[in-house]
Amino acid sequence: MHLQLEYFLLLAAALFCIGIYGLITSRNAVRVLMCVELLLNAVNLNLMGFSNFLDPTGIKGQVFTIFVITVAAAEAAVGLAIVLAIYRNRETIDMEQFNLLKW
Amino acid sequence: MNLAEGVQIVSFALLAAMMLGAALGVVLLSNIVYSAFLLAGVFISISGIYILLNADFVAAAQVLIYVGAVNVLIIFAIMLVNKREDFAAVPRRWIRKGATALVGLGLFALLATMVLVTPWSIDSTSPAVVENTIVEIGKHFFSDFLLPFEIASVLLLMAMVGAIILARRDLIPESQEPATTPLTLPERPRELASVSNKSSEG
Repeated sequence: MHLQLEYFLLLAAALFCIGIYGLITSRNAVRVLMCVELLLNAVNLNLMGFSNFLDPTGIKGQVFTIFVITVAAAEAAVGLAIVLAIYRNRETIDMEQFNLLKW
Repeated sequence: MNLAEGVQIVSFALLAAMMLGAALGVVLLSNIVYSAFLLAGVFISISGIYILLNADFVAAAQVLIYVGAVNVLIIFAIMLVNKREDFAAVPRRWIRKGATALVGLGLFALLATMVLVTPWSIDSTSPAVVENTIVEIGKHFFSDFLLPFEIASVLLLMAMVGAIILARRDLIPESQEPATTPLTLPERPRELASVSNKSSEG
């Protein structure tokens, strides 16, 4: 019984679905950003699994993962700055009240 | 990876259970500080899974960047905006939650079916594992991924400047009452009021 590629892909799919659920249902803006990080990590797990099982000599999947980590760090910094700016303006972090652009 | 098969299976099962449990905790717990610390647990478990996948450099980068930088940033953001507010109830919210759970389960079922049905073309002929992944990744970075590598540095600079500009407070120069305590920066009136209230209480 080896470690198969399917195990990693199923794990990544489960993590992605948990992230989607949290992204839509949570009302705290910081928690929404944390769920985005979960989604990016699920995608990274997919890339690493494919890199190890389908391309074990030229590890391009790991290079892709490093790029995704870089972009995720930039996204976290800018996203948290936006949350701080909204909090200063609206005095709340409830996602239901961020509706200035809604209709 | 030189570990025995059984050790690999057991450690994978442990890491997967840790990861899924911590991820559910991130989403479902009501206290957001617990969520932030459980997010660190998710990141560390994923780094362990990367080690199982023969990727030592990316595992180290995962711990350094996610646990060391992103998670600390999130905890600082929680401390900066930590206002215990009870969110106003929204009518028919359970319909939204139920629909989202349904969509999530359906998406998982779809992905699982796809993963299990697709015949992955894995060559089972003794996979030649890369000995030194850092050297290999470095070769990729400076040959065929050179342009994205350089653009990533520009992106990081843009993110840094943008985050500073977005999160900066608007200072107002030399205005209104000098009644506040010295050593406080002049800021917008609302925040001044809150600061002086707190200092008078404390």
